Amino acid sequence: MPEIIKNGRVQSDDWQVLRLAEGEAAADAVLPAGHVIVPLATWQARRAELLPKAEAGTLGVWLAGDEDPAALAADLPALPVVAVDFPKFADGRGYSLATLLRTRLAYEGELRAIGDVLRDQFFFLLRCGFSVLQPREGKYTTAQLEAALASLRDFTNPYQGAVDRPEPLFRRQPRSPRQEDAAR
Amino acid sequence: MYQYDEYDQRIVDERVAQFADQTQRYLAGELSEDEFRPLRLQNGLYIQRYAPMLRIAVPYGNLNSKQLRTLGHIARKYDRGYGHVTTRQNIQFNWPRLEDVPEILGLLAQVQMHAIQTSGNCIRNVTSDPFAGVAADEIADPRPWCEILRQWSTFHPEFAFLPRKFKIAVNGAKQDRALIHAHDIGLDIAHDAAGALGFRVLVGGGLGRTPIIGEEVSAFVPWQQILNYCEAILRVYNLHGRRDNAYKARIKILVKALGVEEFARQVEAEFIHLKDGPSTLTQAEIDRVASRFDDPLLAPLPQDAGYRAHLAQDKAFAAWARRNVRTHQVPGYASVVLSLKPYGVAPGDVTAEQFDAIADLADRYAFGEVRNTHEQNVLLASVREAGLFALWQQARELGLATPNIGLLTDIISCPGGDFCALANAKSIPIANAIQDRFSDLDHLYDLGELELNISGCMNACGHHHVGHIGILGVDKNGQEFYQVTIGGSQGSQAALGKVIGPSFAAAEMPDVISSLIDTFVDNRHDDERFIDTVRRIGVDSFKTRVYAERNARLEARETTNA
Ligand code: SF4
Repeated sequence: MPEIIKNGRVQSDDWQVLRLAEGEAAADAVLPAGHVIVPLATWQARRAELLPKAEAGTLGVWLAGDEDPAALAADLPALPVVAVDFPKFADGRGYSLATLLRTRLAYEGELRAIGDVLRDQFFFLLRCGFSVLQPREGKYTTAQLEAALASLRDFTNPYQGAVDRPEPLFRRQPRSPRQEDAAR
Repeated sequence: MYQYDEYDQRIVDERVAQFADQTQRYLAGELSEDEFRPLRLQNGLYIQRYAPMLRIAVPYGNLNSKQLRTLGHIARKYDRGYGHVTTRQNIQFNWPRLEDVPEILGLLAQVQMHAIQTSGNCIRNVTSDPFAGVAADEIADPRPWCEILRQWSTFHPEFAFLPRKFKIAVNGAKQDRALIHAHDIGLDIAHDAAGALGFRVLVGGGLGRTPIIGEEVSAFVPWQQILNYCEAILRVYNLHGRRDNAYKARIKILVKALGVEEFARQVEAEFIHLKDGPSTLTQAEIDRVASRFDDPLLAPLPQDAGYRAHLAQDKAFAAWARRNVRTHQVPGYASVVLSLKPYGVAPGDVTAEQFDAIADLADRYAFGEVRNTHEQNVLLASVREAGLFALWQQARELGLATPNIGLLTDIISCPGGDFCALANAKSIPIANAIQDRFSDLDHLYDLGELELNISGCMNACGHHHVGHIGILGVDKNGQEFYQVTIGGSQGSQAALGKVIGPSFAAAEMPDVISSLIDTFVDNRHDDERFIDTVRRIGVDSFKTRVYAERNARLEARETTNA
């Protein structure tokens, strides 16, 4: 069972991500039993069939970097999970997609980072509104993931606002002008 | 310059700890080469031709004497006794050991320095006018805005993995000295009709493989909204910039593909949602940041009689003052450029001893502060006129007073093939050969202002496209060759140079430059600058003569050999 980071803890998880094989039509994909996250194309092709599963809390949708999250706007309240795929960790589109889902589309449910999700990006991912981090299965040992929890707190007080803390530092904390700490 | 508060310091300290852990995991084999690469790059660490190269951030070029001494120490202890000022106002060390980098970053953090985002596909060090705050033609001081942008872009979680690197420059003067037309975002401080302050925003400029002059996306963004507007630009770029081809991944390619109107429309559509949001700047924040620049309070001084007497008596001093000293906002003060272009040295190199000595000069004459210029020199922003003569004497002994600022031998050059793994050709020996050819100072003065820029490859770190004369290292069947452009310029009239024709071997370069200069001298009107002659008569006369003289040389050689 894959391990994920959620609520600041390492947990095992039973959601499966459905990826279409090359050439496989979105409409024909066979859904595994249990909790499943399907590609946007599959969702769009079989929405009527899948909506009850979503409403029952057993089906979510994932977005690729070039997909517009607005395509899901009307469905977000029904979805227990939305995931954003990182085909390569250095492909940073997912950070903007997550930001848009949280801010523009006001999505409040579980937002998962899937794909090439590495511990050295955990901090940025959380800041952009992801609530679940799901590295590739087998990428890290449980011990490594436990150790990686520390990196969730790499920076105590980041400068800029983001999804996790919308206000920038200068609004969150009183920062002193020069005179007040000139003596230091 | 800007003084850290506890939050600034903590972020830098936390970065040191983070990177020490990452390096240790890399050395232990837990992090793969591919996984570590962007992490080290975002800390300025390259694996170069012979050794790692560490690029240290110098925010908009500002340094104080304490920092300079730390750089001197690093040069001595971890490098081979020197560092290098880059064309983006940063400092590079060419020989540190990977294992030592966390320790070096720790030393830097003690003097409010770091290497954050000096490389990698993220928002890079913000650059600006080295004369910020002292320039006579200043509209508003760009430094507080640069600092605000620095803080906003530091570890911006959404924009840490952009399609490609992203450079922002800010100009606050009438004459642009920050190359804003050659940046991904160029911000030009302006006032609207009602007198309110804001920014004219240029996007999509850049040199490199596809040189493009930036285009205006907004004529005026009020200062309160500038972070929101930048966020809109970055988001459009992050989502839609190309990621399939590194050579086409810069924002300039996206802007060209969409057309600037469509790009501006998309930015506007994004900006509507961000406008007046939490990142909107407040007067209190601007004032706070500005107040943390501990600039000296300069009261106007009467003209210094001693200075004028020295100018009249000492020809060499007068020559230096004419070339290396600039007018200051405040009467009785001047700005002084220390030349890092003595002959026979890599342009921009600073030895450990010079770091210390520059720190001493800064403390004695310039309120403890210096700025790196993108021309790879060092500026003392505020010097009393009364101190100029003594400063000159000391700078001369240190090899920092070559009176060539803005002249042909004040060459901008990237490190090139001597250091850089990406180079097609060496650039430093070419710079030195040209300096050697034009070592006669009187001749140089007669030629007037002339900017010659050299890059060792298409990446254009030496800004060759915007040199009045530009030299680009190219690979021709495994041999080092050089392509020459003329007519480029930086500043408010930014333009890209035109290639004059087929490339040349290294040994030919001084002669090629001589042919260009001779064409200029023969066609020049009065005191016209080289660039103005090129603009007036066009590239062809230059081209014809360069190749005619080249063929004559080749024929002469064949005859001698025959
Ligand atoms: S221009 Fe090319 S050779 Fe020169 S420093 Fe940049 S990448 Fe290296």
